[in-house]
Amino acid sequence: MTLLDIRDLSVFYGKTQALFDCSFSVGEGEFVALLGSNGAGKTTLLRAVSGLLPFKGSVFYAGKALDKISAQTRLALGVAHIPQGRGTFTEFTVEENLSLGATIVASRSQVREDKERWYETFPRLRERRNQLAGNLSGGEQQMLAVARALMSRPKLLMCDEPSLGLAPSITQEILAIFKSLNKENGMTLLVVEQNVDITLQYADRAFVIEAGQIVASGTASDLIGNEDIKKSYLGVAG
Amino acid sequence: MSLFFQLVTSGLATGAIYAALALALVLIFRATNVVNFGQGEMATFSAYCTWQLMQWGVPLWLAVLASLVGAFAIGIVTFRLIIRPMMDAPVEATVVITLGILVLFQAACMWIWGAEQLSFPSLFPGGGFGIGEVRVLASAVGTLAILLAIALAMGFIFRFTKLGLSMRAAAFDRTRSVLVGVDVERMLMLGWGFASVIGALAAILIAPRLFLSPTMMTPILFYALAAATLGGWDSPLGAIVGGLAVGVTESLGASYLPFVGADMRIAVPIALTLIILLVKPVGLFGSYKVTKL
Repeated sequence: MTLLDIRDLSVFYGKTQALFDCSFSVGEGEFVALLGSNGAGKTTLLRAVSGLLPFKGSVFYAGKALDKISAQTRLALGVAHIPQGRGTFTEFTVEENLSLGATIVASRSQVREDKERWYETFPRLRERRNQLAGNLSGGEQQMLAVARALMSRPKLLMCDEPSLGLAPSITQEILAIFKSLNKENGMTLLVVEQNVDITLQYADRAFVIEAGQIVASGTASDLIGNEDIKKSYLGVAG
Repeated sequence: MSLFFQLVTSGLATGAIYAALALALVLIFRATNVVNFGQGEMATFSAYCTWQLMQWGVPLWLAVLASLVGAFAIGIVTFRLIIRPMMDAPVEATVVITLGILVLFQAACMWIWGAEQLSFPSLFPGGGFGIGEVRVLASAVGTLAILLAIALAMGFIFRFTKLGLSMRAAAFDRTRSVLVGVDVERMLMLGWGFASVIGALAAILIAPRLFLSPTMMTPILFYALAAATLGGWDSPLGAIVGGLAVGVTESLGASYLPFVGADMRIAVPIALTLIILLVKPVGLFGSYKVTKL
Protein backbone atom coordinates (compact mmCIF):
# COMPACT_ATOMS: atom_id res chain seq x y z
CA MET A 1 0.00 0.00 0.00
CA THR A 2 1.25 3.48 -0.83
CA LEU A 3 1.88 5.63 2.23
CA LEU A 4 3.39 8.71 0.60
CA ASP A 5 2.38 9.62 -2.91
CA ILE A 6 4.02 12.64 -4.49
CA ARG A 7 2.67 13.84 -7.84
CA ASP A 8 4.04 16.69 -9.94
CA LEU A 9 5.54 18.40 -6.94
CA SER A 10 7.01 21.84 -7.67
CA VAL A 11 8.46 24.22 -5.12
CA PHE A 12 9.43 27.85 -5.62
CA TYR A 13 11.64 30.13 -3.54
CA GLY A 14 10.21 33.45 -4.65
CA LYS A 15 10.58 33.28 -8.43
CA THR A 16 13.28 30.62 -8.38
CA GLN A 17 11.97 27.14 -8.97
CA ALA A 18 13.74 24.51 -6.88
CA LEU A 19 11.69 21.40 -7.71
CA PHE A 20 10.19 20.57 -11.12
CA ASP A 21 7.20 18.19 -11.27
CA CYS A 22 8.70 15.52 -9.06
CA SER A 23 6.66 12.34 -8.79
CA PHE A 24 7.37 9.26 -6.74
CA SER A 25 5.82 7.18 -4.05
CA VAL A 26 6.85 5.35 -0.92
CA GLY A 27 5.02 2.20 0.11
CA GLU A 28 4.05 1.43 3.70
CA GLY A 29 6.92 -0.36 5.42
CA GLU A 30 9.46 0.56 2.75
CA PHE A 31 12.94 1.99 3.32
CA VAL A 32 13.48 4.46 0.49
CA ALA A 33 16.53 6.62 -0.15
CA LEU A 34 16.48 9.90 -2.02
CA LEU A 35 19.94 10.41 -3.46
CA GLY A 36 21.42 13.52 -4.97
CA SER A 37 24.31 15.90 -4.79
CA ASN A 38 24.40 19.26 -3.02
CA GLY A 39 21.68 21.63 -4.14
CA ALA A 40 19.76 18.95 -6.05
CA GLY A 41 16.56 19.69 -4.12
CA LYS A 42 16.54 16.87 -1.57
CA THR A 43 16.11 19.10 1.46
CA THR A 44 13.49 21.21 -0.31
CA LEU A 45 11.48 18.09 -1.02
CA LEU A 46 11.46 16.99 2.62
CA ARG A 47 10.58 20.49 3.77
CA ALA A 48 7.62 20.55 1.42
CA VAL A 49 6.35 17.20 2.69
CA SER A 50 6.71 18.11 6.38
CA GLY A 51 4.99 21.47 5.95
CA LEU A 52 7.87 23.94 6.17
CA LEU A 53 7.41 25.06 2.54
CA PRO A 54 4.35 25.59 0.36
CA PHE A 55 4.23 23.59 -2.86
CA LYS A 56 2.40 23.12 -6.16
CA GLY A 57 1.19 19.71 -7.27
CA SER A 58 0.01 17.17 -4.78
CA VAL A 59 1.33 15.21 -1.85
CA PHE A 60 -0.86 12.45 -0.45
CA TYR A 61 -0.07 10.83 2.86
CA ALA A 62 -2.19 7.77 3.68
CA GLY A 63 -4.65 9.01 1.08
CA LYS A 64 -4.92 12.55 2.53
CA ALA A 65 -3.89 15.59 0.52
CA LEU A 66 -1.33 17.46 2.66
CA ASP A 67 -1.35 20.89 1.01
CA LYS A 68 -3.95 22.44 3.33
CA ILE A 69 -2.75 20.66 6.46
CA SER A 70 -0.46 22.42 9.00
CA ALA A 71 2.98 21.08 9.90
CA GLN A 72 1.71 20.30 13.39
CA THR A 73 -1.20 18.24 12.07
CA ARG A 74 1.08 16.41 9.62
CA LEU A 75 3.22 15.41 12.60
CA ALA A 76 0.14 14.21 14.43
CA LEU A 77 -0.81 12.15 11.37
CA GLY A 78 2.58 10.44 11.60
CA VAL A 79 4.98 12.39 9.37
CA ALA A 80 8.23 13.14 11.23
CA HIS A 81 11.12 15.08 9.73
CA ILE A 82 14.66 15.09 11.15
CA PRO A 83 16.19 18.17 9.54
CA GLN A 84 19.67 18.54 8.16
CA GLY A 85 22.23 19.23 10.87
CA ARG A 86 20.10 17.24 13.38
CA GLY A 87 17.89 20.13 14.49
CA THR A 88 18.45 19.36 18.15
CA PHE A 89 17.75 22.06 20.70
CA THR A 90 21.37 22.55 21.67
CA GLU A 91 20.72 24.69 24.75
CA PHE A 92 18.25 22.16 26.14
CA THR A 93 19.08 18.94 27.98
CA VAL A 94 18.82 15.55 26.30
CA GLU A 95 15.74 14.79 28.39
CA GLU A 96 14.12 18.11 27.44
CA ASN A 97 14.79 17.37 23.77
CA LEU A 98 12.92 14.10 24.12
CA SER A 99 10.07 15.88 25.93
CA LEU A 100 9.90 18.38 23.08
CA GLY A 101 9.70 15.50 20.61
CA ALA A 102 6.54 14.47 22.43
CA THR A 103 4.92 17.92 22.23
CA ILE A 104 1.90 16.54 20.37
CA VAL A 105 1.50 13.58 22.75
CA ALA A 106 -1.12 14.22 25.41
CA SER A 107 -0.58 11.13 27.55
CA ARG A 108 2.16 11.54 30.17
CA SER A 109 2.46 7.81 30.69
CA GLN A 110 3.08 7.33 26.96
CA VAL A 111 5.86 9.94 27.11
CA ARG A 112 7.48 8.19 30.09
CA GLU A 113 7.17 4.80 28.42
CA ASP A 114 8.68 6.03 25.15
CA LYS A 115 11.57 7.81 26.84
CA GLU A 116 12.39 4.59 28.66
CA ARG A 117 12.17 2.66 25.41
CA TRP A 118 14.51 4.93 23.46
CA TYR A 119 16.94 5.19 26.36
CA GLU A 120 17.11 1.37 26.11
CA THR A 121 17.89 1.66 22.40
CA PHE A 122 20.36 4.53 22.88
CA PRO A 123 22.06 3.89 26.24
CA ARG A 124 24.47 6.76 25.70
CA LEU A 125 21.55 9.18 25.71
CA ARG A 126 20.47 7.85 29.10
CA GLU A 127 23.96 8.45 30.48
CA ARG A 128 23.79 12.01 29.24
CA ARG A 129 20.13 12.73 29.88
CA ASN A 130 20.85 15.84 31.99
CA GLN A 131 23.55 17.26 29.75
CA LEU A 132 22.93 19.97 27.19
CA ALA A 133 22.41 18.55 23.71
CA GLY A 134 25.00 20.99 22.38
CA ASN A 135 27.70 19.23 24.42
CA LEU A 136 27.04 15.86 22.78
CA SER A 137 29.24 14.47 20.01
CA GLY A 138 27.92 14.63 16.43
CA GLY A 139 26.91 10.98 16.49
CA GLU A 140 25.14 11.31 19.82
CA GLN A 141 23.31 14.40 18.58
CA GLN A 142 22.11 12.49 15.53
CA MET A 143 20.90 9.68 17.79
CA LEU A 144 19.14 12.25 19.94
CA ALA A 145 17.52 13.73 16.83
CA VAL A 146 16.30 10.25 15.85
CA ALA A 147 15.04 9.45 19.35
CA ARG A 148 13.33 12.83 19.55
CA ALA A 149 11.54 12.24 16.25
CA LEU A 150 10.45 8.79 17.45
CA MET A 151 8.82 10.34 20.55
CA SER A 152 5.91 11.45 18.35
CA ARG A 153 5.41 7.81 17.24
CA PRO A 154 5.67 8.52 13.52
CA LYS A 155 4.63 6.15 10.75
CA LEU A 156 6.81 7.88 8.17
CA LEU A 157 10.24 8.94 9.38
CA MET A 158 12.08 11.31 7.04
CA CYS A 159 15.72 12.05 7.74
CA ASP A 160 17.82 14.66 5.98
CA GLU A 161 21.46 13.61 5.53
CA PRO A 162 22.14 11.65 8.67
CA SER A 163 25.75 11.15 7.53
CA LEU A 164 26.54 14.88 7.53
CA GLY A 165 29.68 15.45 9.57
CA LEU A 166 29.76 11.90 10.93
CA ALA A 167 32.43 9.22 10.67
CA PRO A 168 31.41 6.38 8.30
CA SER A 169 31.15 3.91 11.19
CA ILE A 170 28.67 6.19 13.02
CA THR A 171 26.68 6.67 9.81
CA GLN A 172 26.49 2.88 9.47
CA GLU A 173 25.26 2.68 13.07
CA ILE A 174 22.50 5.23 12.43
CA LEU A 175 21.42 3.55 9.20
CA ALA A 176 21.40 0.18 10.97
CA ILE A 177 19.04 1.67 13.56
CA PHE A 178 16.79 2.89 10.73
CA LYS A 179 16.90 -0.59 9.22
CA SER A 180 15.84 -2.23 12.46
CA LEU A 181 13.03 0.33 12.98
CA ASN A 182 11.96 -0.57 9.46
CA LYS A 183 12.20 -4.34 9.87
CA GLU A 184 11.04 -4.75 13.46
CA ASN A 185 8.55 -1.90 13.88
CA GLY A 186 7.37 -1.68 10.28
CA MET A 187 8.26 2.00 10.17
CA THR A 188 8.41 3.62 6.74
CA LEU A 189 11.63 5.50 6.03
CA LEU A 190 12.59 8.18 3.57
CA VAL A 191 16.26 9.01 3.95
CA VAL A 192 17.93 11.76 1.97
CA GLU A 193 21.64 11.19 1.35
CA GLN A 194 24.67 12.07 -0.72
CA ASN A 195 26.58 9.13 0.65
CA VAL A 196 25.37 6.69 -1.99
CA ASP A 197 27.24 3.48 -1.28
CA ILE A 198 26.58 3.30 2.45
CA THR A 199 22.91 4.26 2.05
CA LEU A 200 22.21 1.70 -0.66
CA GLN A 201 23.43 -1.05 1.67
CA TYR A 202 20.41 -0.40 3.86
CA ALA A 203 17.63 0.99 1.66
CA ASP A 204 15.19 -1.12 -0.37
CA ARG A 205 14.72 1.37 -3.14
CA ALA A 206 16.14 4.71 -4.18
CA PHE A 207 15.33 7.72 -6.29
CA VAL A 208 17.96 10.00 -7.73
CA ILE A 209 17.25 13.72 -7.84
CA GLU A 210 19.25 16.19 -9.90
CA ALA A 211 18.62 19.89 -10.43
CA GLY A 212 15.14 19.58 -8.97
CA GLN A 213 14.01 16.61 -11.03
CA ILE A 214 13.77 12.91 -10.37
CA VAL A 215 16.14 11.44 -12.96
CA ALA A 216 16.46 7.80 -12.01
CA SER A 217 15.01 5.18 -9.73
CA GLY A 218 15.41 1.53 -8.97
CA THR A 219 15.96 -1.05 -6.31
CA ALA A 220 19.03 -0.59 -4.19
CA SER A 221 20.69 -3.63 -5.71
CA ASP A 222 20.14 -2.28 -9.25
CA LEU A 223 21.57 1.09 -8.40
CA ILE A 224 24.56 -0.24 -6.48
CA GLY A 225 25.93 -1.75 -9.66
CA ASN A 226 24.97 1.12 -11.96
CA GLU A 227 28.15 3.10 -12.45
CA ASP A 228 26.58 5.34 -15.12
CA ILE A 229 24.02 6.77 -12.78
CA LYS A 230 26.56 7.20 -10.02
CA LYS A 231 28.96 9.02 -12.34
CA SER A 232 26.36 11.18 -14.06
CA TYR A 233 24.33 12.36 -11.12
CA LEU A 234 25.96 11.61 -7.85
CA GLY A 235 29.48 12.84 -8.33
CA VAL A 236 30.92 9.45 -7.55
CA ALA A 237 34.13 8.81 -9.48
CA GLY A 238 34.16 5.41 -11.15
CA MET B 1 27.02 52.38 57.78
CA SER B 2 23.29 52.61 58.39
CA LEU B 3 23.04 55.16 55.57
CA PHE B 4 24.60 52.57 53.28
CA PHE B 5 22.03 49.91 54.21
CA GLN B 6 19.25 52.46 53.96
CA LEU B 7 20.35 53.31 50.42
CA VAL B 8 20.70 49.64 49.47
CA THR B 9 17.21 48.85 50.72
CA SER B 10 15.58 51.69 48.83
CA GLY B 11 17.74 50.86 45.79
CA LEU B 12 16.52 47.28 45.83
CA ALA B 13 12.89 48.38 45.97
CA THR B 14 13.31 50.67 42.95
CA GLY B 15 15.50 48.05 41.31
CA ALA B 16 12.67 45.53 41.57
CA ILE B 17 10.58 47.80 39.31
CA TYR B 18 13.41 48.08 36.79
CA ALA B 19 13.87 44.33 37.02
CA ALA B 20 10.22 43.64 36.27
CA LEU B 21 10.20 45.87 33.20
CA ALA B 22 13.57 44.48 32.09
CA LEU B 23 12.14 40.98 32.48
CA ALA B 24 9.28 41.91 30.18
CA LEU B 25 11.75 43.30 27.62
CA VAL B 26 13.93 40.19 27.79
CA LEU B 27 11.00 37.78 27.47
CA ILE B 28 9.91 39.54 24.30
CA PHE B 29 13.42 39.84 22.93
CA ARG B 30 14.08 36.14 23.45
CA ALA B 31 10.83 35.13 21.82
CA THR B 32 10.59 37.52 18.89
CA ASN B 33 13.99 39.23 18.60
CA VAL B 34 12.35 42.59 19.07
CA VAL B 35 13.25 45.23 21.65
CA ASN B 36 9.86 46.57 22.60
CA PHE B 37 10.42 50.26 23.29
CA GLY B 38 6.69 50.54 23.88
CA GLN B 39 6.73 48.15 26.86
CA GLY B 40 6.64 50.98 29.41
CA GLU B 41 3.76 52.79 27.72
CA MET B 42 1.75 49.58 27.37
CA ALA B 43 2.26 49.18 31.13
CA THR B 44 1.19 52.76 31.82
CA PHE B 45 -2.01 52.13 29.89
CA SER B 46 -2.76 49.18 32.17
CA ALA B 47 -2.09 51.31 35.28
CA TYR B 48 -4.60 53.86 33.93
CA CYS B 49 -7.10 51.01 33.53
CA THR B 50 -6.63 50.18 37.22
CA TRP B 51 -7.14 53.84 38.14
CA GLN B 52 -10.25 54.08 35.95
CA LEU B 53 -11.80 50.92 37.46
CA MET B 54 -11.24 52.36 40.93
CA GLN B 55 -12.91 55.61 39.88
CA TRP B 56 -15.89 53.45 39.00
CA GLY B 57 -15.85 52.01 42.51
CA VAL B 58 -14.07 48.71 41.96
CA PRO B 59 -11.92 47.75 44.98
CA LEU B 60 -8.15 48.16 44.51
CA TRP B 61 -7.08 44.53 44.36
CA LEU B 62 -9.91 43.57 42.03
CA ALA B 63 -9.09 46.53 39.78
CA VAL B 64 -5.45 45.41 39.67
CA LEU B 65 -6.43 41.86 38.84
CA ALA B 66 -8.76 42.96 36.07
CA SER B 67 -6.10 45.28 34.62
CA LEU B 68 -3.57 42.46 34.57
CA VAL B 69 -6.01 40.29 32.64
CA GLY B 70 -6.49 43.28 30.33
CA ALA B 71 -2.70 43.66 30.02
CA PHE B 72 -2.48 40.04 28.90
CA ALA B 73 -5.02 40.75 26.18
CA ILE B 74 -3.19 43.94 25.17
CA GLY B 75 0.04 41.95 24.79
CA ILE B 76 -1.65 39.35 22.63
CA VAL B 77 -3.45 41.86 20.43
CA THR B 78 -0.26 43.93 19.98
CA PHE B 79 1.59 40.80 18.91
CA ARG B 80 -1.08 39.67 16.47
CA LEU B 81 -1.78 43.02 14.87
CA ILE B 82 1.60 44.73 14.92
CA ILE B 83 4.46 42.33 15.55
CA ARG B 84 3.50 39.12 13.76
CA PRO B 85 3.24 40.67 10.29
CA MET B 86 6.77 42.06 10.56
CA MET B 87 8.57 39.50 12.69
CA ASP B 88 11.23 38.77 10.09
CA ALA B 89 11.71 42.39 9.08
CA PRO B 90 15.16 43.99 9.48
CA VAL B 91 15.99 45.31 12.91
CA GLU B 92 15.72 48.99 11.87
CA ALA B 93 12.11 48.39 10.95
CA THR B 94 11.26 46.64 14.21
CA VAL B 95 12.82 49.50 16.21
CA VAL B 96 10.62 52.03 14.41
CA ILE B 97 7.56 49.84 14.88
CA THR B 98 8.05 49.41 18.62
CA LEU B 99 8.72 53.15 18.98
CA GLY B 100 5.38 53.42 17.23
CA ILE B 101 3.85 51.26 19.96
CA LEU B 102 5.32 53.70 22.49
CA VAL B 103 3.73 56.69 20.76
CA LEU B 104 0.44 54.87 20.24
CA PHE B 105 -0.09 53.95 23.89
CA GLN B 106 1.19 57.28 25.18
CA ALA B 107 -1.20 59.12 22.88
CA ALA B 108 -4.06 56.83 23.89
CA CYS B 109 -3.45 57.59 27.59
CA MET B 110 -3.21 61.32 26.87
CA TRP B 111 -6.38 61.26 24.80
CA ILE B 112 -8.46 59.27 27.28
CA TRP B 113 -7.13 60.54 30.61
CA GLY B 114 -5.29 63.78 29.87
CA ALA B 115 -1.75 64.85 30.73
CA GLU B 116 -2.16 65.84 34.36
CA GLN B 117 -0.64 63.72 37.10
CA LEU B 118 -3.08 61.54 38.99
CA SER B 119 -2.47 60.13 42.43
CA PHE B 120 -2.48 56.38 42.59
CA PRO B 121 -3.05 54.28 45.72
CA SER B 122 -0.36 51.92 47.01
CA LEU B 123 -1.04 48.20 47.17
CA PHE B 124 0.70 48.13 50.53
CA PRO B 125 0.17 49.80 53.93
CA GLY B 126 1.90 53.16 54.31
CA GLY B 127 4.17 52.48 57.26
CA GLY B 128 7.34 50.54 57.69
CA PHE B 129 9.52 49.04 60.34
CA GLY B 130 13.04 49.47 61.62
CA ILE B 131 15.89 46.99 61.56
CA GLY B 132 18.49 48.63 63.78
CA GLU B 133 18.71 52.14 62.40
CA VAL B 134 17.58 51.17 58.94
CA ARG B 135 14.00 52.00 58.18
CA VAL B 136 12.32 49.61 55.76
CA LEU B 137 9.08 50.60 54.04
CA ALA B 138 6.31 48.05 53.76
CA SER B 139 5.97 49.01 50.10
CA ALA B 140 9.64 48.14 49.52
CA VAL B 141 9.19 44.71 51.04
CA GLY B 142 5.96 44.19 49.11
CA THR B 143 7.51 45.22 45.80
CA LEU B 144 10.45 42.88 46.28
CA ALA B 145 8.11 40.07 47.32
CA ILE B 146 6.06 40.51 44.14
CA LEU B 147 9.22 40.47 42.01
CA LEU B 148 10.36 37.31 43.79
CA ALA B 149 6.96 35.70 43.21
CA ILE B 150 7.10 36.58 39.48
CA ALA B 151 10.63 35.20 39.21
CA LEU B 152 9.73 31.95 40.98
CA ALA B 153 6.56 31.49 38.95
CA MET B 154 8.41 32.06 35.70
CA GLY B 155 11.25 29.79 36.73
CA PHE B 156 8.75 27.08 37.59
CA ILE B 157 6.79 27.46 34.36
CA PHE B 158 9.88 27.51 32.14
CA ARG B 159 11.66 24.65 33.87
CA PHE B 160 8.95 22.26 34.92
CA THR B 161 5.93 22.60 32.64
CA LYS B 162 5.28 21.47 29.11
CA LEU B 163 3.98 24.94 28.23
CA GLY B 164 7.21 26.52 29.48
CA LEU B 165 9.34 24.04 27.55
CA SER B 166 7.40 24.79 24.37
CA MET B 167 7.73 28.55 24.95
CA ARG B 168 11.49 28.24 25.42
CA ALA B 169 11.73 26.05 22.32
CA ALA B 170 9.76 28.53 20.21
CA ALA B 171 12.05 31.32 21.38
CA PHE B 172 15.17 29.24 20.70
CA ASP B 173 14.44 28.14 17.12
CA ARG B 174 11.18 28.54 15.26
CA THR B 175 11.79 26.00 12.48
CA ARG B 176 12.94 23.26 14.80
CA SER B 177 9.97 23.94 17.04
CA VAL B 178 7.55 23.62 14.14
CA LEU B 179 9.10 20.25 13.31
CA VAL B 180 8.49 18.87 16.81
CA GLY B 181 4.91 20.11 16.74
CA VAL B 182 5.15 23.24 18.89
CA ASP B 183 2.48 25.79 17.95
CA VAL B 184 5.11 28.50 17.60
CA GLU B 185 2.80 31.39 16.92
CA ARG B 186 0.70 30.61 19.98
CA MET B 187 3.82 30.42 22.17
CA LEU B 188 5.15 33.78 20.95
CA MET B 189 1.71 35.27 21.50
CA LEU B 190 1.64 33.96 25.08
CA GLY B 191 5.15 35.36 25.57
CA TRP B 192 3.89 38.82 24.62
CA GLY B 193 0.91 38.34 26.92
CA PHE B 194 3.02 37.36 29.94
CA ALA B 195 5.53 40.15 29.29
CA SER B 196 2.71 42.67 29.13
CA VAL B 197 1.34 41.46 32.49
CA ILE B 198 4.76 41.75 34.16
CA GLY B 199 5.25 45.24 32.72
CA ALA B 200 1.79 46.28 33.94
CA LEU B 201 2.65 45.09 37.44
CA ALA B 202 5.78 47.25 37.35
CA ALA B 203 3.70 50.30 36.39
CA ILE B 204 1.09 49.63 39.08
CA LEU B 205 3.83 49.26 41.71
CA ILE B 206 5.68 52.47 40.76
CA ALA B 207 2.60 54.65 40.12
CA PRO B 208 2.04 55.59 43.79
CA ARG B 209 5.56 57.06 43.93
CA LEU B 210 5.76 58.77 40.54
CA PHE B 211 2.08 59.70 40.15
CA LEU B 212 0.21 58.44 37.13
CA SER B 213 0.86 60.30 33.88
CA PRO B 214 1.16 59.26 30.22
CA THR B 215 4.96 59.58 30.37
CA MET B 216 5.36 57.95 33.79
CA MET B 217 7.22 54.85 32.51
CA THR B 218 9.43 56.57 29.92
CA PRO B 219 12.39 57.14 32.30
CA ILE B 220 11.85 53.69 33.83
CA LEU B 221 12.28 52.19 30.36
CA PHE B 222 15.81 53.61 30.16
CA TYR B 223 16.74 51.97 33.44
CA ALA B 224 15.15 48.71 32.26
CA LEU B 225 17.11 48.85 28.99
CA ALA B 226 20.29 49.33 31.02
CA ALA B 227 19.27 46.44 33.29
CA ALA B 228 18.56 44.08 30.39
CA THR B 229 21.84 44.99 28.75
CA LEU B 230 23.69 44.55 32.01
CA GLY B 231 22.18 41.14 32.68
CA GLY B 232 22.20 39.88 29.11
CA TRP B 233 19.33 40.22 26.66
CA ASP B 234 18.58 36.50 26.51
CA SER B 235 18.59 35.84 30.25
CA PRO B 236 15.52 36.35 32.48
CA LEU B 237 17.72 35.84 35.54
CA GLY B 238 20.08 38.46 34.13
CA ALA B 239 17.20 40.93 33.81
CA ILE B 240 16.34 40.49 37.49
CA VAL B 241 19.91 40.72 38.75
CA GLY B 242 20.55 43.60 36.32
CA GLY B 243 17.45 45.48 37.50
CA LEU B 244 18.38 45.17 41.16
CA ALA B 245 22.01 46.14 40.44
CA VAL B 246 20.89 49.21 38.49
CA GLY B 247 18.54 50.23 41.33
CA VAL B 248 21.21 49.87 44.00
CA THR B 249 24.01 51.62 42.08
CA GLU B 250 21.65 54.45 41.20
CA SER B 251 20.68 54.92 44.82
CA LEU B 252 24.27 54.69 46.11
CA GLY B 253 25.69 56.86 43.35
CA ALA B 254 23.23 59.67 43.89
CA SER B 255 24.20 59.92 47.54
CA TYR B 256 27.87 59.04 47.64
CA LEU B 257 29.09 60.75 44.49
CA PRO B 258 28.55 64.46 45.15
CA PHE B 259 29.13 65.49 41.54
CA VAL B 260 26.33 63.19 40.39
CA GLY B 261 23.48 64.47 42.52
CA ALA B 262 19.83 63.88 41.85
CA ASP B 263 19.71 65.11 38.28
CA MET B 264 22.47 62.89 36.94
CA ARG B 265 21.60 59.76 38.88
CA ILE B 266 20.75 57.75 35.76
CA ALA B 267 24.38 58.18 34.64
CA VAL B 268 25.67 55.86 37.35
CA PRO B 269 23.90 52.64 36.28
CA ILE B 270 24.58 53.47 32.63
CA ALA B 271 28.28 53.81 33.47
CA LEU B 272 28.14 50.49 35.33
CA THR B 273 26.51 48.86 32.31
CA LEU B 274 29.20 50.23 30.01
CA ILE B 275 31.95 48.88 32.25
CA ILE B 276 30.33 45.43 32.40
CA LEU B 277 29.89 45.39 28.63
CA LEU B 278 33.57 46.19 28.13
CA VAL B 279 34.45 43.13 30.19
CA LYS B 280 31.60 40.87 29.06
CA PRO B 281 29.93 42.05 25.83
CA VAL B 282 26.88 39.80 26.18
CA GLY B 283 26.08 41.00 29.70
CA LEU B 284 26.48 39.13 32.96
CA PHE B 285 24.24 36.15 32.14
CA GLY B 286 23.93 36.50 28.37
CA SER B 287 24.99 33.70 26.09
CA TYR B 288 24.01 34.76 22.60
CA LYS B 289 26.59 34.93 19.88
CA VAL B 290 28.54 38.13 19.48
CA THR B 291 29.93 39.10 16.12
CA LYS B 292 33.36 40.59 16.43
CA LEU B 293 34.31 43.21 13.92
